[in-house]
Amino acid sequence: MRSRNVYLLIFILALFGFALWSVIPLDRTVFGREGLRLGLDLAGGSYLVYQADLSDVESGTEGQVMDGVKGVIERRINALGITEPIIQVQNQEGNYNIAIQLPGVADVERAKEMVGLFTVLEFREQDETGNWTIATGIVDDDELPLTSRYFKDETYITISQTTAEALLIFEMDEKGAQLFRQISTRLMGKQLAIFLGDEPLRGEDGQIIAPTVQAVIEDSGQITGLGLADAQELSRVLNAGRIDVPLGRWADGEFEPSVPLYERTVDATLGQDSIEKSILAAGIGIVLLLVFMILYYRLPGLMACLSLAVYGAVLLSIFKLWPTGAITLTLPGLAGFIVSLGMAVDANVLIFERMKEELRGGRSLGAAVEAGFSRAWPAIRDSNITTFIACIVLIWLGGTLGAFMVRGFAVTLLIGVALSMFTAIVVTKTFLRLLVGSKVITNPAAYGVTPSQTVRNVK
Amino acid sequence: MMDFVGRKQWFFLISWILIIIGIVSLIISQIQIESPLRLGTDFTGGTSMILQFSPPVEQSQLRDEMAELGHAEATIQNAGDGNFIIHTREVTRDEAGELAGQIGAELDSQVEIADYYFVSGTVAARTTRNAVIAVIIAAVAMMFYIVWAFRRMPKPFRWGSCAVIAVVHNVFIIVGIFSLLGWIAGVEIDALFITGLLAVVGYSINNTVVVFDRIRENVSRHISPDFAETVNNSLIDTLGRCINTALTTLFVLLALLLFGGATIQYFVLVLLLGVIIGTYSSVCIAGQLLVVWERREWRALLPFAKRTT
Repeated sequence: MRSRNVYLLIFILALFGFALWSVIPLDRTVFGREGLRLGLDLAGGSYLVYQADLSDVESGTEGQVMDGVKGVIERRINALGITEPIIQVQNQEGNYNIAIQLPGVADVERAKEMVGLFTVLEFREQDETGNWTIATGIVDDDELPLTSRYFKDETYITISQTTAEALLIFEMDEKGAQLFRQISTRLMGKQLAIFLGDEPLRGEDGQIIAPTVQAVIEDSGQITGLGLADAQELSRVLNAGRIDVPLGRWADGEFEPSVPLYERTVDATLGQDSIEKSILAAGIGIVLLLVFMILYYRLPGLMACLSLAVYGAVLLSIFKLWPTGAITLTLPGLAGFIVSLGMAVDANVLIFERMKEELRGGRSLGAAVEAGFSRAWPAIRDSNITTFIACIVLIWLGGTLGAFMVRGFAVTLLIGVALSMFTAIVVTKTFLRLLVGSKVITNPAAYGVTPSQTVRNVK
Repeated sequence: MMDFVGRKQWFFLISWILIIIGIVSLIISQIQIESPLRLGTDFTGGTSMILQFSPPVEQSQLRDEMAELGHAEATIQNAGDGNFIIHTREVTRDEAGELAGQIGAELDSQVEIADYYFVSGTVAARTTRNAVIAVIIAAVAMMFYIVWAFRRMPKPFRWGSCAVIAVVHNVFIIVGIFSLLGWIAGVEIDALFITGLLAVVGYSINNTVVVFDRIRENVSRHISPDFAETVNNSLIDTLGRCINTALTTLFVLLALLLFGGATIQYFVLVLLLGVIIGTYSSVCIAGQLLVVWERREWRALLPFAKRTT
């Protein structure tokens, strides 16, 4: 029994040590994770959601088209110098959405303008001064720019049998063929670049993708000399550019371009202010809580505080090291943390109250500790079930666009409550067992029971 | 020894007063703003934003100015420190910037849009629908849990019903308070309100389960032939736990409410009220209901019934 507790203590200390190591300092990179992921209410930034108008898109290909649109938007936003945007395609009840998260201080207005643009790509040629200008041709007496709109089918990649190079194969429709013939004849031996808005497409090496025209192109052609990854990305973006996919929102059956379905933009200074205030508030609250626990429950209270320290460190560590981006710290999440802290204390309180009763009943310290834990366990277990139910339902609700802040609270509370059961049952118990077993402190007063109370017996 | 059961009619009276205030408030609110609770942007759609004024301006000035600029229907909440939370119809970010600029110029104050929130009607409708579904699912799941948790109690249906009544009572009081805040102070309920409500429902069920568990234990130990006395002893046994748990959570929540900034203050308020009322109903209502049912003293429930001692 004794040796088992020593092993448990070693395990707890190792866990605590690991947790501390991983979170101090918080912004040190551990296992590829750097700092806590802060939600936009704390970090500042924008969350924009647009619906896609897919009425021109062949049914069945929506998913692919949306992937292309995503790639196009990624490029545009990266071109603005905004770091680490998160862009996701969501399918909600048959409607495709593009969700864009722009962290920190971001030029939201500019980003929105860029997103609102169509996804069509243009081909450009270099004039004498080296500037890229739109490559145009004449079709039916109209001067038209050569764009990705004239691709007849999806572009695709094959690997050349002879050179093992990636080839990007494309086919032009009737107008496109006429345009391309004129332009490729004129630009023989010169470069043709592909532009998205005013930004040229670039390869992985950062160089502008500008293949040299080597033959007159009409119905079809191929682009060579690209790395496989670049070729695939280019193909994806070109395919997205074949069809106009306006972004905006549906309202009463009408499509309103450029109007977001949902937008939340938080000023970074407000976020910073919220962080500072919350840390101050949580700090004050936690200190009061610890003082109360020690004053009221004495030695077990101190043990509980130590186990709460383990709890806090492990929880922070989970937050930091959680593999996917599922856990971001938000203000409601902070409230969830605090409620779960309350639950963690609750488990300890339940145990200590039982323990006190057993001590008053005249039991020995060791027996009181054991009885306290075994009798409090059903109540701790049962009492957390409703919280789990609430959390699971809330995580589902948090999947709704307008309620995404809810998820931060629910996830934090769920993890916190699960962890709190562990700290109360394993950590506090081990601490107390070892303390009682070591017979260093045997005075019942240290356990919050005055001698006169111990004389009183149960009815 | 404290007599919680003997004073039950006082507790019932307090609860009745709170509930009646809530009902009256819901009715007044329905008449005044055509909704029993003031619904926030999450549920109605539109735009809401936090405007920061330096130097601070008066709420009435801001209201007049908003009306002047065609936003007479806007809800304005004072969040302190020159911050106002404004909820109005759909306004794009550009328009919001212009609006803020005009208000600032008129009121001679520097304005900053600290938090801009735009929700389309379709999203709001879906959020509302999903929030209703979430509440129903949670309620059904918790009912199942209560049936399960009370399976070892002497009279599962009766005990379960008393626990449910206590929880519904808590929800009613919190909703009533927010209805009151809604038409008096312009406080709106949002998705986080529902979240807080479900969390505190979980919390109050926990409390009641702990108390009832002790009553069950004491009944089986035959500590007293009188059921009322058994209940009272059980309440006293669990009082320390109930109060200490509540206090430790309240310390932190209170600190967060007082120092934590405007963004989530009403969410924290829901949690705070939930913890207080949940503890109150576990100690002063749920067990007493069992006694009333056991003795069939239904008249004791009525607010102005003659007190029996």
